[in-house]
Amino acid sequence: MNGRRVVITGLGPVTPIGVGAAAFWNALLEGASGIRRVRAFDPARFESQMCGEIDGVEVGAYVPKSYRKAAKIMARDIVLAMAGAYEAVKDAGLKTKCIVERGEASGPPNADPTRVGANIGAGLICADLPELASALYSASDNGDFSLARWGTEGMSNLTPLWLLKFLPNMLACHVTIVHDCQGPSNTITCGEASSHLAIGEAFRTIARGVADVCICGGAESKDNAMALLRQSLGNRLSRRNDQPERACRPFGADRDGTVVSEGGGLVILEELEHAKARGARIYAELVGFGASNDACSPAQPSKPHPDGRGTLLAARKALRDAAIDVGQVDMIGAFAAGTVEHDRSEAAAIRALLGDRTAQVPAMAIKGGLGNNGAGSGAIDFTAAVLAIQNGTIPVAVNSNPVDPVCGLKLITDKPVDARIDHALSIGYALGGGQNAALVLRRYQQ
Amino acid sequence: MKRRVVITGMGWITPLGHDLESVWQRLLKAESGVASTTIFDARTFPTQFSAEVKDFDLRKYLGQRYEEHKTASRNAGFALAAAEIAWRAAGLNGGAQVNPEMVGVYLGGGEGPIDFENFVAAAVAGWNPEKKDLDSVKWAEVAYQRMNAVREFEQDPNCAAGHIAYRFNAQGPSFNTLTACAASTQAIGEATCMIRRGDADVMISGGAHSMIHPLGVTGFNRLTALSTRNDSCITASRPFDATRDGFVLGEGAGILILEELETAKRRGAKPLAEIVGYGSTADAFRVTDIHETARGASAAMRAALADAGVEITEVDYISAHGTGTEENDKLETLAIRTVFGDFAKNVPVSSIKSMMGHLVAAAGAVELITCVLAIRDGVLPPTSNFANPDPNCDLDYVPNAARKKPVRAALSNSFGFGGQNDTLVIRGCNGH
Repeated sequence: MNGRRVVITGLGPVTPIGVGAAAFWNALLEGASGIRRVRAFDPARFESQMCGEIDGVEVGAYVPKSYRKAAKIMARDIVLAMAGAYEAVKDAGLKTKCIVERGEASGPPNADPTRVGANIGAGLICADLPELASALYSASDNGDFSLARWGTEGMSNLTPLWLLKFLPNMLACHVTIVHDCQGPSNTITCGEASSHLAIGEAFRTIARGVADVCICGGAESKDNAMALLRQSLGNRLSRRNDQPERACRPFGADRDGTVVSEGGGLVILEELEHAKARGARIYAELVGFGASNDACSPAQPSKPHPDGRGTLLAARKALRDAAIDVGQVDMIGAFAAGTVEHDRSEAAAIRALLGDRTAQVPAMAIKGGLGNNGAGSGAIDFTAAVLAIQNGTIPVAVNSNPVDPVCGLKLITDKPVDARIDHALSIGYALGGGQNAALVLRRYQQ
Repeated sequence: MKRRVVITGMGWITPLGHDLESVWQRLLKAESGVASTTIFDARTFPTQFSAEVKDFDLRKYLGQRYEEHKTASRNAGFALAAAEIAWRAAGLNGGAQVNPEMVGVYLGGGEGPIDFENFVAAAVAGWNPEKKDLDSVKWAEVAYQRMNAVREFEQDPNCAAGHIAYRFNAQGPSFNTLTACAASTQAIGEATCMIRRGDADVMISGGAHSMIHPLGVTGFNRLTALSTRNDSCITASRPFDATRDGFVLGEGAGILILEELETAKRRGAKPLAEIVGYGSTADAFRVTDIHETARGASAAMRAALADAGVEITEVDYISAHGTGTEENDKLETLAIRTVFGDFAKNVPVSSIKSMMGHLVAAAGAVELITCVLAIRDGVLPPTSNFANPDPNCDLDYVPNAARKKPVRAALSNSFGFGGQNDTLVIRGCNGH
């Protein structure tokens, strides 16, 4: 619209296999896995005891010194978003308030703060269980909780700002404060589809002219007992506890579920002329977005539409939006959760989309080494697709060999392959709720 | 040619009732939906009252389709019922009038209420007071026994949108935003942009939320955001009054059917109002405080007015965010003064939160519905409980009594914790 083109100028993945674009990409090429037995708490009693955990990410490394005390009111999801925003902004060469206050650049910002937006996907952020359990226990006698005592004394054991740790929009709130982004801001909460929807909406925001730059993507941590339990109750998780690194097998013949994870990523979308004017490196162009809902029964939250109806519709809308034919798609960035039914559903959609080219068009599936990062998943997938285009390489689908013949996709299972990718389609969907989104990336050409 | 977006149906489930017209009449009579909290025993809480939805029965709205949605959380149930009312009011229940792939959902839906009793049981069983840490093995034993997959899933904020998509076979774009108290205003704004752009012809939009549960009230009480006027709960919500002491927590849903004008005309639907402007900004200031110049709020209003091409002199009514907190009301007043200048004193501003309480994520949708009704009937809902003028709040707040006034354009504000600002501007549809 208005002929405003939108390009990707910065990447900030924060994942169990690497933080930052270079580390993440190298790990993907090596076929690395970040899945291990949970260390954040004792998982012995859980059916699935594995998680993609990220070591060494502390908020202090990503914010100005003056902001470090705010770490006290940040759930892990927020910390991951702060890390992703910093990495993405640095990668893009943006001189935001945070970068200047940290002394890593000087002078005025190179993007007008009132024209910089944020659109960040977030999950249902779990309360810090030990913190809340301690307070709840203080209002109980011999294991019996008393709501009356909670009102009179128990609740005062929670810090006054307790609620603010867990509001989903606090990812965007802290990011916009630290980087001084005063433009349009939104928080999409659609499970695993969140990042794709957030990036898609940010794309529209820039295209329609109300922002020039947008920090977008998503982050979530499922590395806590409550999140692990919820996914487990939903029967989505692998029980291959004896081999965590091999547990998640997207589109694999013997897959038995996904693995929870923490992470996400933020990317910098920028209007093309704005990017050029400041001499920014351009990774790729974002040219299409489509979104849909399966409109499936919500009474069975873990059951996707058997034919992947919504995924197919989102993909077709995205291609139409990009004004390209399906024959021009050189790579599918699949969501590839690793559950029996979701993979089957997604594969059905991809087959229906590609038709007789299904066997020729490679599908990238990266969750084997990453697990399911919830609302952050899509941003990681999107980042991988951008890097695949830029590097002309498709990384291996870790653990997917032997491939499920029923799925019938072309997966890279041996070693990374070189491929000229002019257009890639990146797919995201929510494991429950029916939301789907697809984004079309184009190799950048002036 | 620019695609224009109109509202063709509205529904709400509110603390003042469930029927569009009767709730509107109660608002015009300055009635209150606030009472002692009954959802849980709040008698020892700092705040012991709230604006609850009363006598809600989802069966009444879904009929035979109730079975398919009987697991819906409280807020998803509100959303479904409000959507059902709106869908029928828009004349869409006949079926096959619109392409399902071009019907989307964009909600500002809150998370579903936590499964409190079972959550607490696991937490208390799992806490090890000697080690001062959670024993995750003990916790999991109880949690696996007591917690339930569907009950947990229903807490996901995108769940209400999933229910609605299924109920109305809405296969188009499907979103949920949760930008705190600004969410449903933002949802309606973004949904408008999607229709304008051609991504959908019809969007089911609005919001639903219920935080009247022990942890929800705890969270707001700890922030000292709620009024604690337990001896006079009906007068507790006092937006813009000098004696205001916080907001009153409400719950409910507001759903609007947004539709591309030509699509609506083709099927003979009557446009109730046109959504002409949307603005969204971030304060980028502090987590807990609004910027002292109200820069984000004024920028959102300016952006929405510019988007609408509406002059400040055409704005005949402002539906304020007007929460009744010291800070919001003072700075929202400043923002309106900043944008409207000397003209500000001529623009009536009111907050229905004085009667309805604060519906959190659903507040903006319910308030936009009242803007549509104000335009339709040429009457402004009052700010009730207004008795003591505050020198920092010096606008015309339509105190205590509804006022007849023709409304050409109305502006509705919603601001969320964390500096989230969203504004919508609507116009009447006369002459379409």
